[in-house]
Amino acid sequence: MEIIVTTRTGERVTIAPNGATTFLEVIREAGIDELLALCGGCCSCATSHVHVEEAFLDRLPPIGSDEDDLLDSSEQRCAGSRLSCQVPISDTLDGVSVTIAPED
Amino acid sequence: MQMRYDVLIVGAGHGGAQAALALRQLKFAGSVALLGDEPDPPYERPPLSKEYFSGEKSFERILIRPPTFWPERNIELLLGRRVAAVHPAEHRIALSDGAHLGYGKLIWATGGAPRRLSCSGSNLRGVHSVRTRADADRMLAETIRARNIVVIGGGYIGLEAAAVLAKIGKHVTVLEAMDRVLARVAGEPLSRFYEAEHQAHGVDIRLNAQMDCLIGKDGWVSGVRMADGSILSADMVVVGIGIVPAVEPLATAGAAGVNGVEVDQFCRTSLPDIYAIGDCAIHANPFASTQKIRLESVQNANDQAIIAVKHIMGEPTPYHSVPWFWSNQYDLKLQTIGLNLGYDDIVMRGDPANRSFTLVYLNQGRVIALDCVNSVKDYVQGKALVLVHATPDKSRLSNCEIPLKTLAT
Ligand SMILES: Cc1cc2nc3c(=O)[nH]c(=O)nc-3n(C[C@H](O)[C@H](O)[C@H](O)COP(=O)(O)OP(=O)(O)OC[C@H]3O[C@@H](n4cnc5c(N)ncnc54)[C@H](O)[C@@H]3O)c2cc1C
Ligand code: FES
Repeated sequence: MEIIVTTRTGERVTIAPNGATTFLEVIREAGIDELLALCGGCCSCATSHVHVEEAFLDRLPPIGSDEDDLLDSSEQRCAGSRLSCQVPISDTLDGVSVTIAPED
Repeated sequence: MQMRYDVLIVGAGHGGAQAALALRQLKFAGSVALLGDEPDPPYERPPLSKEYFSGEKSFERILIRPPTFWPERNIELLLGRRVAAVHPAEHRIALSDGAHLGYGKLIWATGGAPRRLSCSGSNLRGVHSVRTRADADRMLAETIRARNIVVIGGGYIGLEAAAVLAKIGKHVTVLEAMDRVLARVAGEPLSRFYEAEHQAHGVDIRLNAQMDCLIGKDGWVSGVRMADGSILSADMVVVGIGIVPAVEPLATAGAAGVNGVEVDQFCRTSLPDIYAIGDCAIHANPFASTQKIRLESVQNANDQAIIAVKHIMGEPTPYHSVPWFWSNQYDLKLQTIGLNLGYDDIVMRGDPANRSFTLVYLNQGRVIALDCVNSVKDYVQGKALVLVHATPDKSRLSNCEIPLKTLAT
């Protein structure tokens, strides 16, 4: 199981999620510190925004209405936008590529 | 030999951790130490009365960064160590273990200690406050055998703890000295809404509650004696009556400020090369009209950390962030944007009966803050109204068919 994360500086990092339960945790555990994630993943802040590769979007659980509304606060929203704290890791996501959204 | 750090951060909580992170993100090349009196690496405090307290999240999951992160970034963690004195002229601090450390710049990010009850019985076992992991762990261990729990103080932390305890079937009583819960932070409709929610979950909310003291048996708390002589039995007491900023060493060293340390718009204290951020920093907030305030929020701790670091890095940027805050109780997500200090009017959008609504706080017709309950859309769109000091028509503002973003003029 691997996840490929592209940072804001364009660096690509391949990560094996070791027991992490969400994208946010995977990204943080890999030592990438670009996501502020100020509310600690409780879907209250929108500072954990990532862009998920479109081919994988339909394998993610559907976006929740709170998540959807929070993403609207970002100028950087696109079709693949998700809050990384709200996306659980699952085996069907092997090989997915995720990009840290630019800062608002 | 005395160690010296180019930047020494005191307090390894939210503000301190963010300051260390920001220094490295902005490519600060000098030495950085993050010193704190707690034994753990920086962790998130909000879950202590929410997901950590309820057992939904383990401690590992509330760490701000994995433990290996700090050394990887060349940030020296000095944990379990406490600053006893600051010597600004010599750029040196003294620790309670007798060691001395030198600094180039000092960032003071010590938060506060929970305010204690001044009445008798406050030292009994079974009396808790919720500020640190150790507090929460002690409380958790005792919760199992506790049946009747009294929460003293109807602020956010007390109410969040009450919600968790009620959900696991405890008999919870909240004692609030004022005539409504959340009296210092929210408008009356929000207070009444939360009172009713807690009551519906079986929590006994007592307003205008005058307590006399805590009583105990064999060293453990057994009840609360009220001013009228009646006794509420309690095998555990949770005290949530605010904090006292942890600034004594700085104040003794001569830093200006009463009940905190005063800082300017770059988070500089009155002492040379000493910054203060977070819960302990008294500042003129652009969203609080002319008042100088302390703000106790993750937003403020983080954003002030970045301001202090930018100043250190020679990129001075005045503090100008819109305040925001959240609180989770039961299935209610409250999100606040702006500061409601000095509001003279409140407009309700939506119906509390639907458990999704927004309170808009106005001052002379201008929007200064919003409290949004299960209403994320209003929270997101309301920010613009606060930023531009919008003066929307009240009948339009109260109409939830009209999106807030169309009123931001
Ligand atoms: C239970 C709880 C729930 C909360 N919920 C929310 C919420 O939902 N949303 C929100 O925005 N905010 C919330 N807050 C507030 C938020 O956690 C604080 O505003 C934030 O932690 C402030 O950061 P800080 O860096 O100023 O202080 P802290 O995070 O408190 O860190 C200060 C650190 O400095 C240490 N220290 C103090 N004195 C010394 C000394 N002399 N030497 C060495 N170390 C010292 C302290 O022990 C502490 O570890 C909550 C707080 C608590 C306690
Ligand atoms: S961390 Fe706050 S919404 Fe994801």
